[in-house]
Amino acid sequence: MEDLKQEGSAKTPVVEFSTSGELLLKGRSIPENSIEFYKPLIEWIESYSQSPNSATVLNVQLEYFNTSSSKCILDVFKKLESVSGSEVSVKWYYEEDDEDMLEAGEDYEAIIDLPFEMIEVEEI
Amino acid sequence: MATSTFDLYNLMERNNVLLAFKGTVTSELLESVFQIMESKMDDLNDSPATKKKVFNVLVECLQNLYHHIDDFDNENVVVNSAGDKKSAIFSIIRNEDAYNIVTGNFIYPKNVEDVTSKIDYINSLNRDELKAYYKEVLNNGELSEKGGGGLGLIDIAKKSRNKLQYSFREIDEDYSFFTLTVKILK
Repeated sequence: MEDLKQEGSAKTPVVEFSTSGELLLKGRSIPENSIEFYKPLIEWIESYSQSPNSATVLNVQLEYFNTSSSKCILDVFKKLESVSGSEVSVKWYYEEDDEDMLEAGEDYEAIIDLPFEMIEVEEI
Repeated sequence: MATSTFDLYNLMERNNVLLAFKGTVTSELLESVFQIMESKMDDLNDSPATKKKVFNVLVECLQNLYHHIDDFDNENVVVNSAGDKKSAIFSIIRNEDAYNIVTGNFIYPKNVEDVTSKIDYINSLNRDELKAYYKEVLNNGELSEKGGGGLGLIDIAKKSRNKLQYSFREIDEDYSFFTLTVKILK
């Protein structure tokens, strides 16, 4: 299977999902309707889970996301949760003054059965 | 006409309006508004945390408008004395101590009770309860076809750290006008 790469736009994030197990979501995710945007990502994880790398890391480096995206991001996590035969973890990045983003990461951590690492950075 | 435009200008100036719009809310319009607001805020000396919060709440408020304007059946939408029902209004006001995001849109009178009880419930929650409620709806709710998940108002209340102020004005038996004001302290 191939890597999934998408450039970012004013309302959607950069996507770099590599078969090596490094997955990246970076930028902003504020489309009015996120379902369409996230569908190929979830499908990619589905195919990836057929023969995953021994370790899988999803790096979430989002500056903004809207509530429409929040449900889809949860679906991405749920799909990753179901990947067997790989140690899956999440690195959740947030800017140092952004307590809402840290809180959002903690919300997902509470719902999803995957190890989360919260990483504070100066700028995403 | 010249006088009323000047009056409108003065009114907006007095009220510290950063940006105001009246008309149909489309996806393209929102993209432009978000860009304009980001560059306007770049030039202001508010903290990065405030700017981020205002932007987040603005996105939710305006996308809420966008999602709900479609609620009208086309055959019922006629231009009458109250104007185009698919049209909405919003303004972003920056005072010394706070930002106010104000939106106004038409809604069917039959939906007034639902919106009222939803907002009253959100306003009755303290911060921890609001966080728990958000998590519950996030985990259990389904996205509608339009992409809304019923999380918008909860998120707005949670991020603004303020009670939602709202009012309804009955236009006629077919329409009411809904105004929402969200305050974000700097």
